[in-house]
Amino acid sequence: MYKRSLHIVVLLVAAFSMLGAGDPSTRFDKIGHKLMCTCGCSEILLECNHVGCPNSTGLIQDLHAQVDSGASESAILTWFADKNGAVVLAAPLRGNFFDQTTWYIPGLVLVLGIVGILLLVRYWKGRLAIAAAAAPPPPPHTAAEDALRDQIRRDTQY
Amino acid sequence: MSHPMPSFGSFALLLAFVLSTYCLVIGTLSLWAIARKRQLAIPADLLRETARRAGLASFVAVFGAAFALIWAFTTDDFSVDYVLHHSSKALYWGYKISTLWSGQEGSLLLWSLLLSGYAFVLRLRHKNDVTLYAYASTILAGIQVFFLSLLVFKVPPFALVPGGIAPADGFGLNPLLQYPEMAIHPPMLYLGYVGFSVPFAFALGALMMRYPGEKWIAITRRWTMVTWLFLTCGIMLGMHWAYAVLGWGGYWGWDPVENASLMPWLGGTAFLHSVMMQEKRGMMKRWNVWLIFVTFMLTILGTLLTRSGLVSSVHAFAESDIGSWFTTFLVIVVCICLFTFFFHNEHLKSENQLESIVSRESSFLFNNLVLLAACFTVLYGTLLPVLSEFFTGSKITVVGPYYNKVMVPIGLFLLFLTGVGPLLAWRATSLRTIRRNFIIPCTAVLATALGLMASGVRPWKDDDPTGSIYALVCFSLGAGVITAITSEFLRGAGVVRTQTGKNLFGSAFLLTRRNTRRYGGYIIHFGIVLLFIGLAGAAFNQSKELEMGDGDSLALNGYKIVCQSFSQDSNPQYDTDFALLDVFHKGQKITRLTPERRVYFPDTDHAQVSTMVAIHSTLAADLYVVFEGRNADSGRPIIKVFLNPLVNWIWIGVLIVILGTALALVPPLLPASKRVEATLPLPSSNFAAGPGSAYASSALPASEVPRV
Repeated sequence: MYKRSLHIVVLLVAAFSMLGAGDPSTRFDKIGHKLMCTCGCSEILLECNHVGCPNSTGLIQDLHAQVDSGASESAILTWFADKNGAVVLAAPLRGNFFDQTTWYIPGLVLVLGIVGILLLVRYWKGRLAIAAAAAPPPPPHTAAEDALRDQIRRDTQY
Repeated sequence: MSHPMPSFGSFALLLAFVLSTYCLVIGTLSLWAIARKRQLAIPADLLRETARRAGLASFVAVFGAAFALIWAFTTDDFSVDYVLHHSSKALYWGYKISTLWSGQEGSLLLWSLLLSGYAFVLRLRHKNDVTLYAYASTILAGIQVFFLSLLVFKVPPFALVPGGIAPADGFGLNPLLQYPEMAIHPPMLYLGYVGFSVPFAFALGALMMRYPGEKWIAITRRWTMVTWLFLTCGIMLGMHWAYAVLGWGGYWGWDPVENASLMPWLGGTAFLHSVMMQEKRGMMKRWNVWLIFVTFMLTILGTLLTRSGLVSSVHAFAESDIGSWFTTFLVIVVCICLFTFFFHNEHLKSENQLESIVSRESSFLFNNLVLLAACFTVLYGTLLPVLSEFFTGSKITVVGPYYNKVMVPIGLFLLFLTGVGPLLAWRATSLRTIRRNFIIPCTAVLATALGLMASGVRPWKDDDPTGSIYALVCFSLGAGVITAITSEFLRGAGVVRTQTGKNLFGSAFLLTRRNTRRYGGYIIHFGIVLLFIGLAGAAFNQSKELEMGDGDSLALNGYKIVCQSFSQDSNPQYDTDFALLDVFHKGQKITRLTPERRVYFPDTDHAQVSTMVAIHSTLAADLYVVFEGRNADSGRPIIKVFLNPLVNWIWIGVLIVILGTALALVPPLLPASKRVEATLPLPSSNFAAGPGSAYASSALPASEVPRV
């Protein structure tokens, strides 16, 4: 039963991820936004607005040819990187170790920071608990003090 | 004396350099003598005063230099190399003033002018705390010496043209800079950059003199807020300029220069939040000192990155070989900060500690963490091309697609904290309070998510669902944060209404006046939410490009753009191609747009092309039309149309942020100055009504302090 459910989930995820994958115009647009124009304008390939740009026209023709050939996205990006150098990619691929680290390091820093804060709070709370255990017990509250404290809290809340 | 004003400017700069050096050296000597109680030939107090006055005079000298350069621009003195390369006779006079900061030398002079201006105000207010201000003044003089030495020895703005013979006309101003916003964007940005020198100087000074207490925080709070405000305005103006002028349909391209402005903004934002912990609970003292140190260093690092040519940028007009100067300066600053911190940090121990993870303090901690993680990511991404070349031998490009993937989750986490933080109590939050405070915002989040899905935002139907998932989360969280802010206002106003009998609006107004900082902060958060919503709109951007002749039309998501005609024009400044496009929506003509493509300095070897985008802007979306050029064969214009949803929300959001910051800068209504006798005896041990307790810091007018 669990196995069958798992199969269904895997199939659904696969189908979900493949939705629209066969549409060449969508792929062209998607991949074209992951490439840079190399004319020096520092713009995404499909956003380079220079009419007569010496580079973007050729790159776009290459992209059309690659998309029409039915190659996968990563294969197309790799093909462009091999032909024009890695500067043609708008973001690093996940190929070599260095490229992979570029994607993971920001998240890793955030996660390490969160863990650090949690550990710090735990340490501080531990120290507070030790200090509280060592301190003499406070005198019991009286009803008048409680009423006074409640009124102050109400009146000075804002 | 054929060129009196350039000579005057050069002399003024040299004088400013000498005066600043005097302020630094004599200021340091006098402070050392005072700290060590040493006797000098001249009393140390007197020396300190002369250093202060030299610092004041240096502002006049730098101002004189800036005036001389502006004079050279307005009188078309092309004997000055900088004027020759950045101005021309035909340039509009308003832009002749803004050419001051259009290149390397002038922008460094502007930096120096603003720094000396800030220092001038600081030195005038020295009676607030003579010793602390003297330390800050001396540190600022040190920074000033660096910038003036650059101007005097490395990039002199008054250098004459080779040969000394002035050409008849200049090369003109970069056309991209001939736009009204560019006249105010750089000064705003620089006011922000330079302004962080002041809290840095106070923090370092306070550390050097082992300054007890939080007074330096109180002194610098306004400086920091004003600086942050300027930087916010500067960044927004830059975004708007990029959107309206560059013609690529966006407002933020993750260019290294843009990143350089964002990093100190993130650091400054973290500092503004974190100092509240120090003020309220006496915590995070060391952290705060380092936050402002790092923020200042980021302004220098950003300048180093973008002016040294270390990373390539579209802002190429700012590149030069002054990188080694900035590197040396940065290393000196880091060393001084480390050394001072190492020897003087004992007095920075926290007075309190964090008691619960579910508390206001921890939300500030997480806020700082997220802001610094964002800052680190921007810095890391900016440096990646250099790191890649160093480690792998090949240079990579890191722009939008990378940042969008790594920064959006961090941004959404920050948005989440924006909503959660203010709802948590200081020290610890009880389960009852959490339930009470969070039920409405959580309901708003869920209702918005369901409402959006019902109205068609369905990421699971998209080919690439990432963008619309992020947008859905952003809109939902935004609704939650707005609800949280509104409920906080209403809850507070309700209490005030009970106390005063005013109506809800009057109560909310009085509430805000009583605690401008807190409620100004909420308004800033509201603006940030609108900004996030505007940014999330980019997930639904659409565009289409078409060659259009007379009568041709282009359809895009319910809009129809019809080309009525296209033509050319010429004036002394530029030649222009333009198209007249009628825009229809649901069959009705709504406007006529005229996108242009200008060629400045035509028929010269330095002709430059610039686009003038035509935008039809509504709250729902911007119809953004670019004249990309003419087809060389047919001669017909190529028009690109973008439909950018919710862009206006970004500008409105930033305006609200500015409004909120201005409100937070307004002093609150004075707290009760008259103590009221308690009718109950105050318990001695476990009743916290000493200085700093709720009553002592109450913002209630005396007449409204309840008699207890």
